[in-house]
Amino acid sequence: MANDHIDITVEPGEVHALLGENGAGKSTLMNQLYGLLQPDEGEILVDGEAKVFRSPRDAIAAGIGMVHQHFMLVPVFTVAENIALGAEDVRGGPLGILDRRRKRREVLETSQRYGLPVDPDALVENLPVGAQQRVEIVKALTRDVDLLILDEPTAVLTPQETDELLAVMRGLAETGKSIVFITHKLREVKAIADRITVIRRGRTVGTASPDTSEEELATLMVGRDVSLEVSKTPAEPGREVLKVSGLVVDDDRGVRVVDGVDLTVRAGEVLGIAGVQGNGQTELVEAIMGLRGVRAGSMEIDNESLAGMGTKKILSSGVGYIPEDRSLDGVVKEFSVAENLVLDMYDRPPFGNAFKLNPKAINDSARERVEQFDIRTSSAEHAVSTLSGGNQQKVVVAREMSRPLRLMIASQPTRGVDVGSIEFIHNQIIHERDNGTAVLVVSSELDEVVGLADRIAVMYRGRILATVSPDMPREEIGLLMAGVTAGIAEEEAAE
Amino acid sequence: MSTEVAETPAKPAPPEKKDSFLGLFLKNLWSANTFTVTFLSIFLALVIGAVLIVISDSEVLSKFSYFTARPGDALTASWDLISAAYADLFKGAIFDPASFQAWFDGTGTWQAAFGPISETLTYATPLVFTGLSVAIAFRGGLFNIGGQGQAVIGCLLGGVAGFAFSLPPGIHLIVALLFGAIGGGLWGFLPGLLKARTGAHEVITTIMLNYTAALLLSWLIEQKGVHDPKRSDAISKAIHSSAELPALPSPLRVHLGIVLAVLVTAGVAWLINRSSFGFELRAVGVNPPAAKTAGMSVAKTYTLLMVVAGGLAGLGGAVQVLGTADKLTDQVAGTIGFDGLLVALLGRNKPWGTLLAAILYGALRAGGNLMQVDIGISLELVTVLQALIVIFIAAPALVKAIFQLRAARSARLGTSLAKGW
Repeated sequence: MANDHIDITVEPGEVHALLGENGAGKSTLMNQLYGLLQPDEGEILVDGEAKVFRSPRDAIAAGIGMVHQHFMLVPVFTVAENIALGAEDVRGGPLGILDRRRKRREVLETSQRYGLPVDPDALVENLPVGAQQRVEIVKALTRDVDLLILDEPTAVLTPQETDELLAVMRGLAETGKSIVFITHKLREVKAIADRITVIRRGRTVGTASPDTSEEELATLMVGRDVSLEVSKTPAEPGREVLKVSGLVVDDDRGVRVVDGVDLTVRAGEVLGIAGVQGNGQTELVEAIMGLRGVRAGSMEIDNESLAGMGTKKILSSGVGYIPEDRSLDGVVKEFSVAENLVLDMYDRPPFGNAFKLNPKAINDSARERVEQFDIRTSSAEHAVSTLSGGNQQKVVVAREMSRPLRLMIASQPTRGVDVGSIEFIHNQIIHERDNGTAVLVVSSELDEVVGLADRIAVMYRGRILATVSPDMPREEIGLLMAGVTAGIAEEEAAE
Repeated sequence: MSTEVAETPAKPAPPEKKDSFLGLFLKNLWSANTFTVTFLSIFLALVIGAVLIVISDSEVLSKFSYFTARPGDALTASWDLISAAYADLFKGAIFDPASFQAWFDGTGTWQAAFGPISETLTYATPLVFTGLSVAIAFRGGLFNIGGQGQAVIGCLLGGVAGFAFSLPPGIHLIVALLFGAIGGGLWGFLPGLLKARTGAHEVITTIMLNYTAALLLSWLIEQKGVHDPKRSDAISKAIHSSAELPALPSPLRVHLGIVLAVLVTAGVAWLINRSSFGFELRAVGVNPPAAKTAGMSVAKTYTLLMVVAGGLAGLGGAVQVLGTADKLTDQVAGTIGFDGLLVALLGRNKPWGTLLAAILYGALRAGGNLMQVDIGISLELVTVLQALIVIFIAAPALVKAIFQLRAARSARLGTSLAKGW
């Protein structure tokens, strides 16, 4: 059961935040409102009238619009065409011609009325993510909705784009529209919401006002006290472990995505790479791990070149790797927890050799690590797909951290992970650092990078724009993430 | 949430009593697990087969024209025909009580009594190898449609080694079997390498190599040194007795190949579940990006896997020549490679399941022979039965809906590998 007798009321002109961990049932609830799922029990009242939504068409007709976390746009269509999709204006009967001009005008009017600048003739694929999101919002508004549901809208935005979006939401609310804002980010909730409903395990656990402190909200969300700060002592950097210089990498389409990156990570320190998703971080890490070819430049671990070393050899030379896409690269979902815990060590003693596995050693070690890393499963023999996202990630963390490491690379280590597990994983990363491992953390969550890192490298369009201290004001790091270098901490940027 | 769950009555659950062992057993049996679905698929196929038997018999069908007047006639005639047909299927495949009776009376021989089982196992033997070939490839995420071509090459090399060399018994057999396996392995290596290096889809390349192998065999049989000079038709020299798989005394045809098949099944089961290569191929089979990230070489796994799969099919071809056929002809491999696809599907791509499925296929074939000889029902009906079984297995939702099965209790049993086909 994803939702268990939830009551929620949204007033006109209100921004209502729906706060909950991943898997708490927020999206399930909203999918029912939008007609994508049908409730087993209970009813939906719109302006006091009970409604049954069999499909999103019914929901839109009742004045409910939704902007999904993953945009529902056709990349090769223009903005106006995307907005027309599903509500085409046709001249001359059902087989007539599309009235493009009228739609274009409508888009322009809507975007001006609500202060949402979009170019109706631009191709969607050429627009930055923030603009694509505005297109989605305009699309909903042209359908005359009174209630707009935004599902995790800030996950893909830079801090500046987030601020712009919050302003737009405020503006919409002032024109009398109601907004449901689904999120798990406390900072944003406090900045914008009029009322907050917290959901945990499919139940409403409380309604809060924006004055509630972040700690209280987190406690409501998780059900116990959590510490939001990563507690750590100052780093004691040692020798240079990873040294990357002049690295150039192309992506699958041959587009240059890493364009001359230099960085060093020392033993006993965490280097954080901040940046909006898609600025070359993924390819940088894949190149270091031997998963992607390199155009130019060099990479060394303890002065030993990584060029031509396969992924297997890099891993066995003392590198731990948490890939950013857990379900694609991190685990084999059909495999048991025990098998996933040796996914990159199955042919090394004591788990096996080049020919055969040692099931006893694999299972014994799995039981130990399930205990040690607090992986919530009733048996290590269960398929990993039966675990929650946070516990799946703990399997990856347990696997990579239960061997002696020289370098640890963690890409988006807490994406899609519940608050309770985030705390645990962060502590494990700091623990690894304190053991003298060089740690490279890549994250598009600025909070995470600031919390973990001893130094922060900001990556933008394939380059490291600057390496800064985590004490630098968030706004300035945010500007760097958006590619603005002028006037910011010149001395540090010049480093 | 599936529709089946929704269909169960919504009345409050009665207080759960502690299930007895038998109760729990029956409950699990009636849930939609692999075993139940397979069994019910066979049952459904037999029911539809019965209808087809009646429809295809004009004499019985004519009795249905006055069904409303005397329904007894039509029903009795149908029942007699169906029961005779399925009784023959059983007698031809497993055992005939009459011949056992004759053996005990001294009027018959023990060979006649064990004839049906012998036939079943004879037909099943090559299918075990080709079925395992498809199954292991599928576990590694590859569709080996080339079992036929690999088996043909196995026949070819195994057969040639069988009559071209003069070696002591035993050693000659082993050499001939190895030749077959190596030939099939090479025929699998090509598509494997192409897949790994260029991404060429193995379905296309293996199908093409099936034709190549069949034509190569036709050509080779006509060549000097291979063709039997005493014959005018396309047939090769007979393999030497030193290379033959030892068989039971004639007319029983079952040979040592079935023992080899069981040993190879055990070997494949070990390879998949307990070896490092098996771990790699299973990981590559379900999630290649994760396998690559964990440092495995996807390309190397694909290539090696196709060599192993081809080797198994090639061994099946060699066993067919050295155990049953003893000469090369155009049709020596029959359709063992293609049947291997269905056997693997029926066996859910598990080694022991594949062995059982091959025996079922062999039994249907052996029983079908008797059915045709005894009451004139076409052997094609058996093909229809085999096809129906496969259709029901491939669409487990259909079987579950027909029998209103409960969703399987354990998720580990339920997920059907057939989905990928």
